[in-house]
Amino acid sequence: MKFTLGWLKQHLDTSANAQQVAAKLTAVGLEVASVSDPAAALAAFTVAHVLEAKPHPQADRLRLCTVQTASGTVEVVCGAPNARTGMKAVYAPIGATIPSSGDVLKKAKIRGVESNGMLVSERELGLSDEHEGIIELPPSATVGAAFAAVRGLDDPVIDISVTPNRGDCLGVFGIARDLAAAGLGTLKPLAIRPVPGTFRSPIGVSLKLTPATANACSYFVGRTVRNVRNGPSPDWLQKRLRAVGLRPISALVDMTNYMSFAFARPLHVFDADKVKGNLHVRLSRAGEKLLGLNGKEYVLDDQVTAICDDSGVLAMGGVLGGEPSGCTETTKTVFIESAVFDPLRTAATGRKYDIVSDARFRFERVVDPEFVAPGIEEATRLVLEMCGGEPSELVVAGEKPAWRRQVKVRPSRVKELGGLDIPVSEASRVLQALGCTAEHKPDHALVTPPSWRPDIHGEADLVEEVVRIVGIDRVPAVSLPRVAGVPRPALSPLQKRAAVARRTLAARGLLEAVTFSFTSARLAALFGHADARLVLQNPISADLDALRPSALPNLVAAVGRNLDRAAEDVALFEVGPAYRSATPEGQMRNAVGVRQGQATPRQWAGGARPVDAFDAKADALAVLDACGVAASAAAVEPGAPSWYHPGRSGTVCLGTRTGPKTVLAHFGEIHPRILAELDIKGPLAMFEVFLESVPPSKDKGTTRPKLNAPDLLPVTRDFAFLVDAAVPAATLVRAAEKADPLIAAVSLFDSFAGKGMEAGKKSLAVAVRIQPAEKTLTDPEIEAVAQKIVAAVTKATGGTLRS
Amino acid sequence: MDDLDSLTNSLLAEIGRADSAAALEELRIAALGKKGTITGLVKTLGAMDAEERKVKGAAFNAAKDRIAAALDARRAEIAARELDARLAFERVDVTLPVRAEAQGRIHPVSQVTEEVIAIFAHMGFTLAEGPDVEDDWHNFTALNIPPDHPARQMHDTFYLQDDKAAAAPAGAGAGGNRPALLLRTHTSPVQIRHMQANRPPYRIIAPGRVYRSDSDMTHTPMFHQVEGLVIDRDIHMGHLKGCLEEFLRAIFGIPDLRYRLRPSHFPFTEPSAEMDIGCSRKGGVLKLGEGDDWLEILGCGMVHPRVLEYAGVDSNQWQGFAFGLGIDRIAMLKYGIPDLRAFFEADVRWLRHYGFAPLDVPTLSAGLNR
Repeated sequence: MKFTLGWLKQHLDTSANAQQVAAKLTAVGLEVASVSDPAAALAAFTVAHVLEAKPHPQADRLRLCTVQTASGTVEVVCGAPNARTGMKAVYAPIGATIPSSGDVLKKAKIRGVESNGMLVSERELGLSDEHEGIIELPPSATVGAAFAAVRGLDDPVIDISVTPNRGDCLGVFGIARDLAAAGLGTLKPLAIRPVPGTFRSPIGVSLKLTPATANACSYFVGRTVRNVRNGPSPDWLQKRLRAVGLRPISALVDMTNYMSFAFARPLHVFDADKVKGNLHVRLSRAGEKLLGLNGKEYVLDDQVTAICDDSGVLAMGGVLGGEPSGCTETTKTVFIESAVFDPLRTAATGRKYDIVSDARFRFERVVDPEFVAPGIEEATRLVLEMCGGEPSELVVAGEKPAWRRQVKVRPSRVKELGGLDIPVSEASRVLQALGCTAEHKPDHALVTPPSWRPDIHGEADLVEEVVRIVGIDRVPAVSLPRVAGVPRPALSPLQKRAAVARRTLAARGLLEAVTFSFTSARLAALFGHADARLVLQNPISADLDALRPSALPNLVAAVGRNLDRAAEDVALFEVGPAYRSATPEGQMRNAVGVRQGQATPRQWAGGARPVDAFDAKADALAVLDACGVAASAAAVEPGAPSWYHPGRSGTVCLGTRTGPKTVLAHFGEIHPRILAELDIKGPLAMFEVFLESVPPSKDKGTTRPKLNAPDLLPVTRDFAFLVDAAVPAATLVRAAEKADPLIAAVSLFDSFAGKGMEAGKKSLAVAVRIQPAEKTLTDPEIEAVAQKIVAAVTKATGGTLRS
Repeated sequence: MDDLDSLTNSLLAEIGRADSAAALEELRIAALGKKGTITGLVKTLGAMDAEERKVKGAAFNAAKDRIAAALDARRAEIAARELDARLAFERVDVTLPVRAEAQGRIHPVSQVTEEVIAIFAHMGFTLAEGPDVEDDWHNFTALNIPPDHPARQMHDTFYLQDDKAAAAPAGAGAGGNRPALLLRTHTSPVQIRHMQANRPPYRIIAPGRVYRSDSDMTHTPMFHQVEGLVIDRDIHMGHLKGCLEEFLRAIFGIPDLRYRLRPSHFPFTEPSAEMDIGCSRKGGVLKLGEGDDWLEILGCGMVHPRVLEYAGVDSNQWQGFAFGLGIDRIAMLKYGIPDLRAFFEADVRWLRHYGFAPLDVPTLSAGLNR
């Protein structure tokens, strides 16, 4: 909402300047977006008197002007056809910046004659497109006076953002009222008097709505004014409209725009001679057409509030007028409409047809029902003043919507809720200044908010009014009452797990990424997307049309993008949402990661090797370990979902022999087909850890089991077994571990198949650490344990000890 | 005795001349071995009488000790010399790089979220959470944004595919249709879910992802917010002001950071305000904590009584404030990160540059500025 300081001062008696006004506006909640002073850019331009204009000696089209200026008489070369002796023009001295081009004016010789500045056109000053000639000022203009002042362009323009609840401040008068309440000046009361009609309006109005749709237009007031002379509106009005960014059109149209901006009272004017019969308001019929004042044709559905005559729809009520019935320079009879349209229907129509208009903007935010009639009276006065004519009596349909309601308020709430300790009298004064009336009771008041404030419903609303007008800066800051003792943990176990997973993975050399929760439906499908509801109706682009089944598709795609930028060995992880179904429970939190290229980069000390499933397995197990799941407690089984390499992937799970298994993680190489489809260079290994599935730690207190660290030295023996290639290493290790209670650890240090090995077989070698408990073991005792190990492994795997 | 002395002296001289461990060992065997010269002398003791044995024995042992000591001393000398000689050749080029280990980093959004949590945890807040896929009721209606409210337009909502087949059978009554699902446009629905599931008083923050169908230089379709909610018997706007003042000064590490509350409007709070912090914009460079310009930082207000009622909390008994702020925005301001869009692109160059060390966990005791 834009307005000028001068316009504001028409309604507000104040000595405040633009900056003071702006500061107060922001303080009362009418946030100032900008304050611009058009005079600033025009400061260098002054009134000049062309003492003599004679032809340029070297050029027919140019003139040589002797010009009297603020800084003496100078010679100026001018190309404008209207430059002539005796005129008053606008002079730009050397050094002035021309607003339209930004160029700084320099002394120059034009066709051999020196020009000391220039006489400027409206276009050069950025005022209009007018460039036929230089600006001609009235003869009364004083030489040396600031051009901006002479043209009335020295009125600062203030632009505020009005929140949707404040339709009343979409008019300058409403803004003035808020400022007056806040003590910036005195509101000048409006003196709107009914204009007596001299004849009966030949155009009648009626509402043809059903009870269900009656609120589309509840109140419609109109009047005919005949024998008007439409033409350009007066200078003062044009200046104001231009200042707020509107283009003056004609007196009648400019009047409606003025009423919108001055009083938040949108009006419409019909050329009455183009109206067939009477006007009525009804809902549109599907297929009806309207050529709008904006030049676009609209085909209506059956939900538009239509203002119609006998021939059909003339306007979309509250949104847009129609071209055929619009006022033009030749309009002789005008019909003025002032009505109340339903905010919701107005908004819906505007959205549906994508029409942004000043009327829609105001009706959406609710107009003042008490200003319908005063609005048309003031409009009539302006029409008579500008265009002459004779007004008819008013025609009225419907009823003024009821708006009176009482809000119970306890004065103590200003302090209890607003934190503002002020006398009751001050709060009362504020509410009164805003237009509220009150009925006082012993411990509360019944406040009737004014007709222009449909947003005030409850006690809290009134507290807000008091606080914002008195000043939110007057509310003292108070620390929150401290919770006794040291605060309890802020994070839930799951939240803590997520935090720990992040730090663990970053410490393992992966970079944390945060990618969108969306992905493309195509990528989602590759990574296990299942629920058809997890697709957006209105995606921002086709690449982002589905909720991701996990962060994997986004991370894999990110690897591709990074490789395209010549990155090497990309390792990324994300701890974030994965969507299984469109329910609150369907949103899971996963720690997922990808590693591409070399596990360790190429380096002088050697040791570089490509990433493989075991890097991903290590990442997954590290996350689980950090979340309290020891690697020894989880079982690793071959295989993982379809997006993994079928033979080079695994699943980490927990579970009893009998009960269902809980899947904690998947890991492995990516399926080569996906890599090929996404055109990404491998190798690429990845993992998903399901943080929700990690069992909560059993609360056993903080005490740890006692450390068992015997003084007796352990004995280590190596064993190599020949087993079927299909035997999982873990089976062998577990069998060896359980062979005897003295076995402290079994570590697998070699796995070999191929050359020199029987086909279908492999060799697995383990080092077994035997820990004596009470006394040093003798050789026969060690041998006995070794025998048990061999027997256990053979039993579990069918393997044999290699000799 | 002269024999012993001369033998000893000649052995000591030879030991002094020996220049390797092997030569020393030969000398030791020649002198102290089973057939060594000194050993040979000791063996002669047996043939002596007691008196002589006493005198000679002492002399032999003294000689033996001197030689053994000399051997040890010389051995140590040689070892030291050999080590020096070896060290003269043992050299590495210490300017070679270390064995490369990939350096992981924490994303600024995670780091700043933890910073925010650290501050509010200190003030006794706990974390609450809610789903990203929300229903219309939690995201809008319960927050006092009825259908067709103009505020809904400001939210640019993403909707999920509706499931036509899931429509309720005829006669199920109003609201029988499965409600439209959407991606939450703010973290405020977490307030509702938390109040529905717990009894007051409340003191929570809810960080998380939010979604708006909006994308340009300064907007991304997804970003991060943290919601705050404090409800108790007598929490008023002064508390809101104090709490957020303390928070903003702590998060930016500027103890005298200027701020102001500006009255504003949100459907779910009444009174509502926006908070600005002091800054300067000299030469297009934004600096917090100086200058006389303002920067909008968050929205807040006293929870609307209707919101409390929607969530099943008696608004005659309980009141308090709520606020919402952008985590990404705090990260950008605090750490001078220019472009919001880059947050979500997973460019490894960006992650390495703007990321944080893995073990750099923000704590109040160590300070929150990096």
